[in-house]
Amino acid sequence: MAEVSCRKVIKEYDGGVQAVKGIDLDIADHEFVVLVGPSGCGKSTTLRMIAGLEEITSGEIWIAGDVVNDVPPRDRDIAMVFQNYALYPHMSVFDNMAFGLKLRKFPRDEIKRRVDEAARILDLVPLLERKPRALSGGQRQRVAMGRAIVRNPKVFLFDEPLSNLDAKLRVQMRTEIKKVHQTVRTTTIYVTHDQIEAMTLADRVVVMNGGHIEQVGTPQELYHHPATRFVAGFIGSPAMNFLPCRVQDAANGNLAVKVTDSIVLPVPPARADRYAKYKDKSMILGLRPEHLFEYHEQGKPGWTRVDLPVDVVEPMGMETMVHFFVDGVPVCARVDPATHAEPNEMLPLTADLNQMHLMHPETGQVV
Amino acid sequence: MASGTSIPIGVMTAGRTGVQRGSMRRFAQRRSTIAFLLCLPLILLIATFVVYPAIYAIYLSMLNKKMTTFVGLGNFAFLLRRHTFQLVIFQSCLFAITSVVLKAIIGFILAHLMHNIPGKNQRIWRGLLLVPWVIPLALSTLTWWWMFDPSYSAFNWVLNRFGIASVPWLGVGWIARFCTITVNVWYGTPFFMIMYLAALKSVPDQLYEAAAIDGANAVQKLFFVTLPMMRNIIAITVLFSLIVTFADFDIVRILTAGGPQDMTHVFATYAFQVGIQSGDIPLGAADSLFMFPILAFAAFFVLRGVTQRTKEIAA
Repeated sequence: MAEVSCRKVIKEYDGGVQAVKGIDLDIADHEFVVLVGPSGCGKSTTLRMIAGLEEITSGEIWIAGDVVNDVPPRDRDIAMVFQNYALYPHMSVFDNMAFGLKLRKFPRDEIKRRVDEAARILDLVPLLERKPRALSGGQRQRVAMGRAIVRNPKVFLFDEPLSNLDAKLRVQMRTEIKKVHQTVRTTTIYVTHDQIEAMTLADRVVVMNGGHIEQVGTPQELYHHPATRFVAGFIGSPAMNFLPCRVQDAANGNLAVKVTDSIVLPVPPARADRYAKYKDKSMILGLRPEHLFEYHEQGKPGWTRVDLPVDVVEPMGMETMVHFFVDGVPVCARVDPATHAEPNEMLPLTADLNQMHLMHPETGQVV
Repeated sequence: MASGTSIPIGVMTAGRTGVQRGSMRRFAQRRSTIAFLLCLPLILLIATFVVYPAIYAIYLSMLNKKMTTFVGLGNFAFLLRRHTFQLVIFQSCLFAITSVVLKAIIGFILAHLMHNIPGKNQRIWRGLLLVPWVIPLALSTLTWWWMFDPSYSAFNWVLNRFGIASVPWLGVGWIARFCTITVNVWYGTPFFMIMYLAALKSVPDQLYEAAAIDGANAVQKLFFVTLPMMRNIIAITVLFSLIVTFADFDIVRILTAGGPQDMTHVFATYAFQVGIQSGDIPLGAADSLFMFPILAFAAFFVLRGVTQRTKEIAA
């Protein structure tokens, strides 16, 4: 078990393309950290640099207190689970899991003990003699995890391990990965582009974009206090609504944000001081669909009524998504399924402005 | 597909020819019949150019020299008793096995080197290394023959430069055998290289990465990942080359014509000498048929292994 650190790590490919632009990251012992971001954001490259499969252009990577820049993958004492499992097709499940131990010249009894133990944890006991081709996607994924577990390495690395599975199996395997981590407590770095996977698995989430780290935090921190517009839009499903607005004085002397002439939202007093310096400036208002819901007569402080023309209604069972257009900008609300909403009719909604975010239109920083 | 009920009543009652025409149509419309008819041209081609000559060769091999009397397996028994033919069997096996093993090893090494040459350069090298395989064999063997020539040998010229005496390349049994094998290896290695290169390219990079993380060094990656993943291609390439090399005619015919003292004859050149040059066609046919059981035996085991492994690996 070990802590992992990246210090100003840069990866530049031939031709000067920078995939990773100087990231700093500290991962504590036993921690489960998820790197998340869109395709090409540098998350897989970062993981592969930690694994030693990709050379570092500059910077330092530390594992368990040692700089490992020039240490080959086999001497880094890490284990990795690949997206397409990378099982050896000519070896049985047992041999696949035992391969790393055999190469490290473990005694035969010890190999058998460890493989049996991992097979028990992952429910692979009846499959040990099979070849990978005789296994389903989920089973192969478990074998790939078993191969990582038996080595008892310092760090587990997962490179989008669930993206080849169907939706149902993905949820199931997600739980299993979390369970395995709870059992073995090995430091884990997990790469995914799926923010739900990131939120459900991680102790801390690292949101990456364009080779930079946008924000590092617990899932709750990222959800409630996004640092940038990118994080605010990436975390949460459906994505946060972004509306261009202007901060101005309200009629009662308080602060308000004006979205359109008819939509002027009073800023809750708790936020007034923070937003005061942006008065008369164009900003972006961020409000999650779950903070825009059916109208309640008895509101709470910070709740404001907004009436919007319905465009599309999407009933989901336990909730209904209603889509609108405000000055050509799409807006989504998450309402109670009992709410009556018809296309082209005005729907009264509550905006919970205690949960609003204000962002700088150029820098994207949340203020 | 026409079912029985779809036959018009008029046909049923139109007398015998009508019934026949109806059943003919049904016969022609059956799926298996259509499949057979589509395969027929190929079946005819194979029957004409493979099956008939093979059966005819077997028939020929059981006749006497004048091709008037049936002698059963007499020709085979006669050949086996002859010292020259025993030499031919030995030489054919030596020639084929040594050549194939060398081609496989050198091809494997070249494929690895090629695989590690980055980008565009790889294509240039690949093209250059394919040249021996592209030049007509008879032509390139003539060039080799000239280089081995006692008077004009380029090799001897080089040796003499270093103060080493000339070597009678094609004049002494074992050296001549070495020369025929060398030419065959030179000619056949590119085929192995290109097959192995294709196989190498098809091994997923992630298997090597997984092996690297599992703790494998370069040699262990070769033995535990590359070779097992290439086993099928290696087996098929070796089998294919074994068949072609066993049946080789050009190299030995041009380089040594079987000499010196029949020490480089292989089945094909000996069959040519006995059958065509000496006019004993049945004996020549018997000679060339000796290859068949040896190759059939090898093919059976190699292909059985390939089928098993394909089932194993194909995911």
